[in-house]
Amino acid sequence: MILGLYNYWIVVVLMMIGFYIVIAHGNLVKKIIGLTIFQTSVFIFYISIAKVNGGTAPIIAEGIQLYSNPLPHVLILTAIVVGIATTAVGLALAVRIKEAYGSIEEDEIQKKDNLDC
Amino acid sequence: MLVHLPILQVIVPLMAAPLCLLIGRARLAWLFTLVVSALAFLISVLLLQQVMASGTIIYELGGWDAPWGIEYRIDELNALLLLIISAISTVVLMAAHTSIQQEISADRQTFFYVLYLLSLSGMLGIVATADAFNVFVFLEISSLSAYALIALGKDRRALWASYQYLIMGTIGATFILIGIGLMYQMTGTLNMEDLARRLPEVENTRTVFTAFTFVIVGICLKLALFPLHLWLPNAYAYAPSIVTAFFAATATKVAIYLLIRFTFSVFGLSFSFTAIPLQILFLTLGLAGIFVASTSAIYQQNVKHLFAYSSIAQIGYMIVGFSISSTTGLMATLLHVFNHALMKGALFLALAAVMYRIGSVQLNQFYGLGRQMPFTMAAIVIGGLSLIGVPLTVGFISKWYLILAAIEKGWWPVAVLILLGSMLAVVYVWRVVEAAYFKPPLAANETIKEAPLTFLIPIWILVIANIYFGIDTRLSIDVAQAASLGLFQGSHGVSP
Repeated sequence: MILGLYNYWIVVVLMMIGFYIVIAHGNLVKKIIGLTIFQTSVFIFYISIAKVNGGTAPIIAEGIQLYSNPLPHVLILTAIVVGIATTAVGLALAVRIKEAYGSIEEDEIQKKDNLDC
Repeated sequence: MLVHLPILQVIVPLMAAPLCLLIGRARLAWLFTLVVSALAFLISVLLLQQVMASGTIIYELGGWDAPWGIEYRIDELNALLLLIISAISTVVLMAAHTSIQQEISADRQTFFYVLYLLSLSGMLGIVATADAFNVFVFLEISSLSAYALIALGKDRRALWASYQYLIMGTIGATFILIGIGLMYQMTGTLNMEDLARRLPEVENTRTVFTAFTFVIVGICLKLALFPLHLWLPNAYAYAPSIVTAFFAATATKVAIYLLIRFTFSVFGLSFSFTAIPLQILFLTLGLAGIFVASTSAIYQQNVKHLFAYSSIAQIGYMIVGFSISSTTGLMATLLHVFNHALMKGALFLALAAVMYRIGSVQLNQFYGLGRQMPFTMAAIVIGGLSLIGVPLTVGFISKWYLILAAIEKGWWPVAVLILLGSMLAVVYVWRVVEAAYFKPPLAANETIKEAPLTFLIPIWILVIANIYFGIDTRLSIDVAQAASLGLFQGSHGVSP
């Protein structure tokens, strides 16, 4: 049960680590790192469900009947691109926030915002 | 050409975005964007006509049969949403050049139009596609450009708001992605029609329950359903005014569409409403959203904040209509989607005009503006009346059907609570009206004149639409009714 489904365990553990970092950390760059780990767990999930027992890489070759499902691989290529774009936008925002607020700590930014109001 | 309308709807703004970058000059880019958006509007009108005349349009991308290829599917619901998005986008764009000249520095104005077009095509794509994974891709196209658009705001708080929205939005989108993955794992398909056919065979497995929960929570994050709404007020308040007008009128509506599409068409009504106690959950959250957000709106000093909280409350009404889960209830939700787009479009454009003249939308800057900017303030009054739900405005129509649906179901307390919620709207709208009409003008604002015509024309197009569709309801009600009936008939399983 536990060993047979080990790929899901890895996914869930990574997902929770990422999610926890996003929620618990006040540093904007750490939050983005958490977000990336969170997204990566989903990539692993997609790739691992594509595995067909006994199947090889989905390349047509003589004498091979059983292939892994290539569709999730393709899907996740798109999702990886999206993930990178998100990270890039997030980091760019963090840079701009650093320039504008002089800090990338959530509580300090919040404090400065409260002063503005 | 007519056969290809569904794909043209999405691809025209998508292709126009990089072209905009080549144009370079802000004024030309604006004209170009306006033309492209008007073209998208024209396409959506033709699509709606075609759907109402001859039923659902199915378009196979690249000629590949579904479920292998991606399929676009336009029924009444899709056509209505496409119309709302492209119409609001076009009207809002009319004022864009004047407004952003003041709010965005000259070297970034072209990028504004690029992002705007990307965001537009993302939203249109979410609505047009019938492929679950394609939904995710378009969702991220529209969201990523939305984060950048919000960050263009003048105030540094726009950056912080955009960052928070990015975190929440990405978590929401990733949840949807997980849900789609689990569905694919169980059924081996991504086509919504095909999913709807295959999910019932496996619907009693834990995987499908998990998929459903992930998708719903993900959508609710995008929807800004109370209590997942925290990203919305600041994002709307500090974004450039034009962006606020565009998003307030369209972005959350797209999420409402996704909610309806996934619960009714993909998972099916009987599964959706029994897997988790969705009805009571959404009813409670919707009503709580109405009261908490309306009360918060009353205490806001920044008028953009005020109407942003009001938007969260209006989402509450839509969710209440959805939770009633009868044809009338769903019709009320769809009508409110349409009507709320008109109200909030008008209100936020009027605020954009105030921002243009005064450079601030704090409530204490509104003193005496009723005399100095009579047309803009009149627009806010009519938009506000519509928000409250006064007869002869669109707001009345949707509230009427919502209360009708609640009474049909025998939910009297809900009907009473909806009316009470509208009373709260009276209070917050009155605060703006009081400041504008019953306070002496500020000395600093004495030279303020009426907003230029580039603002007044789009504002009043929307205001007149608010009144017109409040009196002649044929278009909105016909389409909403057809869409609602279609969803109930198309939904597999018996209604609860």
